[in-house]
Amino acid sequence: MSIIDTIRSAFAALSANKLRSSLTMLGIIIGVSAVITLMAVGQGSQKGVTESIRGLGSNLLFIRPGQSQASNVQAAVYGGQALTLVDEDAYAVNDPEKFPYVEGVAPQIDFEGALIAGAENTRTTIIGTTPDYPYVRDFYVANGQFISDNDVTRKGLVAVLGHRVAETLFGDKNPLGKSVRLAVGPGGMITFNFRIIGVMEPKGATATGDEDDLMFIPLPTMQARIPFLRHPQGLSNVFQITVKVRDRDDFDQAEKEIAALLRERHNVDEDDFVILSQSDVATLKAAETEISQTLWAAMAAIAGISLVVGGIGIMNIMLVSVTERIREIGIRKAVGATRADILTQFLIEALMVTMAGGLIGVVLGVALSTFADGRTILEQSVRAEVSALAVILAFSVSAAIGLFFGIYPAFNASRLNPIEALRHE
Amino acid sequence: MVKLTDIIKVYLAGDVPVPALRGINLQIEEGEFLAIMGHSGSGKSTLLNILGCLDKPSGGTYDLDGLTVSDLDEEQLAVIRNQKIGFVFQSFNLLRRLPAVEQVELPLLYRKVPNRRRLAVQALTELGLADRLAHRPPQLSGGEQQRVAIARCLVTSPSLILADEPTGALDTATGHDIMRIFQRLNEERAITVVLVTHEREIADYAHRVVRLQDGRIVGDERNSSPNRPPVAGGPSLGGDGEDSRA
Ligand SMILES: Nc1ncnc2c1ncn2[C@@H]1O[C@H](COP(=O)(O)OP(=O)(O)O)[C@@H](O)[C@H]1O
Ligand SMILES: [Mg+2]
Repeated sequence: MSIIDTIRSAFAALSANKLRSSLTMLGIIIGVSAVITLMAVGQGSQKGVTESIRGLGSNLLFIRPGQSQASNVQAAVYGGQALTLVDEDAYAVNDPEKFPYVEGVAPQIDFEGALIAGAENTRTTIIGTTPDYPYVRDFYVANGQFISDNDVTRKGLVAVLGHRVAETLFGDKNPLGKSVRLAVGPGGMITFNFRIIGVMEPKGATATGDEDDLMFIPLPTMQARIPFLRHPQGLSNVFQITVKVRDRDDFDQAEKEIAALLRERHNVDEDDFVILSQSDVATLKAAETEISQTLWAAMAAIAGISLVVGGIGIMNIMLVSVTERIREIGIRKAVGATRADILTQFLIEALMVTMAGGLIGVVLGVALSTFADGRTILEQSVRAEVSALAVILAFSVSAAIGLFFGIYPAFNASRLNPIEALRHE
Repeated sequence: MVKLTDIIKVYLAGDVPVPALRGINLQIEEGEFLAIMGHSGSGKSTLLNILGCLDKPSGGTYDLDGLTVSDLDEEQLAVIRNQKIGFVFQSFNLLRRLPAVEQVELPLLYRKVPNRRRLAVQALTELGLADRLAHRPPQLSGGEQQRVAIARCLVTSPSLILADEPTGALDTATGHDIMRIFQRLNEERAITVVLVTHEREIADYAHRVVRLQDGRIVGDERNSSPNRPPVAGGPSLGGDGEDSRA
């Protein structure tokens, strides 16, 4: 019997029992869609990490306060963060004579605050920084201008809005020149009016958070105006100093020399700061997404179990089907069907069930992945990307299951004695 | 040409051997119309199944058109069944799901020939079922179902048609219609027909009657005046339309 005829007759046999065929497919559908979604999430989060690291800018070193308790100067703590870095550290690193490979330095403080403009309000992260920030982070103003040296010197009440913040507060209207009120402190009791001088380009999420949900103000303004951020020794703390280095090859030297400088400045034996390179950040970020490995393993188990259970279901149904159709097998053999013909017939039926299940599973998995992509599920932001490989893999697995679990019933059918089969009631 | 030499068939009922055929020697020439008669359990069906290559003898040799089929394996027998033999059963043995035309196409499917549909329609038309092509077995009368079954063996142009009590499930009138079809196939196409029956009237259509008893041939006689159709000129292969529902 030709393969086309076999497929046609298998299709007829399966559609004669639609409900049974669909129920049999269910295990495969669930298994395959789980496999697709799983691989999509795996792939997506990996890509997300890579993208978010790249989104930070290039050739960066991040200096952050360390956890050292052995410092000579007792470190103050704010929001769980040791305050061991000050803005003077940043200015000292930004010394082209001493560190020719340093291309830019951006110190920053960030905290949460409420913004009010007219009837609109939103909560966002306020970042106090210096004019170098756009160049260092490769993140520029789309409209208007960024904080200038003059703004820094004047400690001006000027602000640059992140893309989404601007949209939330002003919609389609141009925010430039308008004012926004920042409320900080317990119950938002301290308020300041900032004049908006720029809006950032849209950037999306990076390893350090959503870059569109921000507002930038001059670092000295923040230090001067927001009293509880003042250093107990009267210095101006920063939470992070980002250093842009000329070349990847300069990383090791830069890290070493900057560390030496800070140790000297802080007068400590043990580092009260940490210097992270971009790849360190990548590692940290990857470790962070590893939390979802448990979830991943659970889903993989579900996928595996439903595929196996689906396969056993198919074997069961095929065995039943062979028993029900013993007489049909006898008739087919009487008119000249060989063992191979009968074997192929039942194998194709099993294959068609699993492959149809696989196909529906793929469609469902792709739909599920597309739905999940970019959403926050169980407090975890999900990235999902379906790859052609995953589709091919899932489909091959479903075909393999059909072959594996279909061969035994098909073999049984093919071995039936024609006379006994014909006599069967 | 069929030649059976010392054919033995022993079944096993559990551990007990049941001899069904105890040394059959029989030669059937091309174009013969032969009836096998005998009491129930005398081995008629067993003999017919061996002739039809559905079963293998326990001993002896079976030559069909010069080929020793008793030496062949199961896959080769399937091919012989498909190429040379047409089987008609008492219980029709049609597939419940398929329309008549696809029933008739079935042997051609396994033979992988083109024009299946055309050949099947032609065979059904010859048997007067041109307007029953899309009917499934439950929508057909017993006589019609048996005619579909005959069309199914006719479509492969077999050299040998084997019928195991083909009229057993039909009323007398329809049974005679079916017998006339066999008679015409035998006369007009020179197809060898071997028929199992225990009814004298049915056996009377044949030219030769072989009697079985306890697995042995106990009689082999010629019938010089086979049953003729009652109506002069005879009905077409498709019967005279007086097919009463079984
Ligand atoms: N599969 C079988 N197993 C055991 N005994 C069988 C089997 N088929 C037939 N027989 C026995 O062989 C003998 C001949 O059977 P069969 O050829 O069917 O007779 P008939 O068709 O003449 O009625 C009977 O005694 C029957 O019981
Ligand atoms: Mg019998």
